Amino acid sequence: MSEPGWKRDVFRGWGRLAGAEMLAARPERVSELPAILAAAGPEGIIVHAGGRSYGDSALNTGGRAILTRRLDRLLAFDPASGLLVAEAGVSFEDLRRLFLPRGFLAPVTPGTAFVTLGGAVANDVHGKNQDQAGNFGSHVEWLDLMLPSGEVRRLTAADPLFRATVGGLGLTGVILSVAFRMMAVPSRFVALRERRMADLDAFLAALEVERRQAVYSVGWIDALARGPALGRGILEAADPAPPSPSDSYVEAKARRFPIDLPGLALNPLSVAAFNARYWRRVPAEGRERRVSYDRFLYPLDAIGDWNRLYGRRGFHQFQALLPEAEGRTGVRALLEACAASRAASFLAVLKTMGREGAGLLSFGGRGYTLALDFPARPGSDDLLRRLERLVLDHGGLIYLAKDSRLSAAGFAAMYPGLPEFRRTLAAVDPSGRMRSDMERRLKIRGDG
Amino acid sequence: MPAATTPEPLWLVLGASSSVARAFIRLAAAGGASLILAGRDLADMERSAADARLRGAAEVEVRRFDAADGASHAAFAAALPARPLNILLAFGLLHPQAAIDRDPALAAEVIAINYQGAVSILARLEPRLAAAGQGAVVVLSSVAGDRGRPSNFVYGSAKAGLNVYLQGLRARLSHHGVSVTTIKAGFMDTAMTYGLPGMFLVASPEAAAKACLDAAAKKRNLLYFPFFWWLIMGIIKAIPERIFKRLKL
Repeated sequence: MSEPGWKRDVFRGWGRLAGAEMLAARPERVSELPAILAAAGPEGIIVHAGGRSYGDSALNTGGRAILTRRLDRLLAFDPASGLLVAEAGVSFEDLRRLFLPRGFLAPVTPGTAFVTLGGAVANDVHGKNQDQAGNFGSHVEWLDLMLPSGEVRRLTAADPLFRATVGGLGLTGVILSVAFRMMAVPSRFVALRERRMADLDAFLAALEVERRQAVYSVGWIDALARGPALGRGILEAADPAPPSPSDSYVEAKARRFPIDLPGLALNPLSVAAFNARYWRRVPAEGRERRVSYDRFLYPLDAIGDWNRLYGRRGFHQFQALLPEAEGRTGVRALLEACAASRAASFLAVLKTMGREGAGLLSFGGRGYTLALDFPARPGSDDLLRRLERLVLDHGGLIYLAKDSRLSAAGFAAMYPGLPEFRRTLAAVDPSGRMRSDMERRLKIRGDG
Repeated sequence: MPAATTPEPLWLVLGASSSVARAFIRLAAAGGASLILAGRDLADMERSAADARLRGAAEVEVRRFDAADGASHAAFAAALPARPLNILLAFGLLHPQAAIDRDPALAAEVIAINYQGAVSILARLEPRLAAAGQGAVVVLSSVAGDRGRPSNFVYGSAKAGLNVYLQGLRARLSHHGVSVTTIKAGFMDTAMTYGLPGMFLVASPEAAAKACLDAAAKKRNLLYFPFFWWLIMGIIKAIPERIFKRLKL
């Protein structure tokens, strides 16, 4: 049994946890989409684009999916204003290759360039400049959305449906194209300052300074360090570098991670050894150097399929935002829980965030955000439950693009925009065509 | 650059919305070519044209072209700009054999596009190619034309007819400095084949596009793509008919 134009396949989130069998269509023209949407049965349909969401937000087990990577054309660009209009399947990698040589960079970019523009809107992604630039959705001037009915609407920030689509996990329909302003940059390099941080207090104090003076700032934390060394790591702060006559830029060779590493390879001992080396990489007195945007913004993209590092069972990624007032105690509590479980989190990432997102379910606000990843093991679900509890206790929220285990009750408590999101969704998709595993797990449409 | 340098090449892409054509348009655009995109879906081609301009194409325009509408081909050819032209013929229609068995009328469609449509437009373009005395014609055909297999022989016979036509066209145009390349494509990961059962060793449209552009530059006569199909089809063609007819291929 096969339907022309549809293919049954098993898909996984970037964390490579449980596989989802879906019937997928791969349109190359916008005109194919209404019929594809109309084919959605009771199991529903969801867009699966770059495949970089870690958990189950782009999976729809037993249902259908739309692979949008081939809807990837640039439609208009004005070098004077920087305004770019592009189909939603265009990735940040496409933009990097085409526009960085011309002196333009996306105003906000996630930590991997393989995310598509549609995914960036649907997850309202952020980067290392969230403090000053906010999330991606805040830079979108307008977007074209195909509603689940097949009708196309152009949305601006003033439209309630815009607020449901930005950060809306693909549940309002298919994002067709996105218009936003690219940012002019003076060179292909940033001036990067790296410093060792001895513990969490030193880290938070230094981040407090950098968030006000540097365009980009990010902290890499050794998540296995305990006791007085808890929270030790490396702080990176960077600003666009002026052009230099000595600059020579060579496109990095693509390398792939060739195998699924055996589960045993990442144990607390090996990871502790790696983390200690990572920490000592930067000299005690710190260092300053010029680094290409590629290497600074997308450090892991140089190694394709790096997610195989965590072995066949996959891994969990966890990212939470803690409000400013709770930041110090909250980050400490999360790191302590992680270190105590010996869950072998490789590196944790600590950043400041400064701005609210533009969407009802956006991950944003002022505070500290901590991202952890650890291999899926028996026991990792317990740890994730403890982390969820800690985030709730400190008034924080968990980032859905990376989540695979949050509870429906926890989700409702963390996202006050949910009731309005539900109302908008009920109006735009009354028959429930757009469905996903995350939508069912978090009961995003409500209990009904 | 002095004005005396030769102008950038102009490519006419017939069937411009097809997967390989789209990849080809990008590749040619990145090299600074000018392009005429021809096909039925004007809205879709306008998007590809915008994309090509932003990727470095010199000039891009979109024209309506329907391979099945032979009556329109003379006017289409006459309206093309006078300058020397390269051609990528990338349109095609694949109805699975099982669908044709259920509805034999579909056989006529497959022949009308893949054979009749291709011959009709190429015959209209031949005089101007000969007169220009330069240029390359690249035609996306298929390994299916190498032998009639029960699983795909209507499509295969249309492509076989096209392949023979191209042999004659190649011989004639070779006297005028125009190359004609027959691309015998194996399985490619295109919209035409997406979801079809029994696909293996599929090639990307990007790789196919590069093979088309390279073949034109080298003025190749015939190219199996990917190359190993030369070997596979060599074996399949060598099987004696009395054995072949008993195989399930």
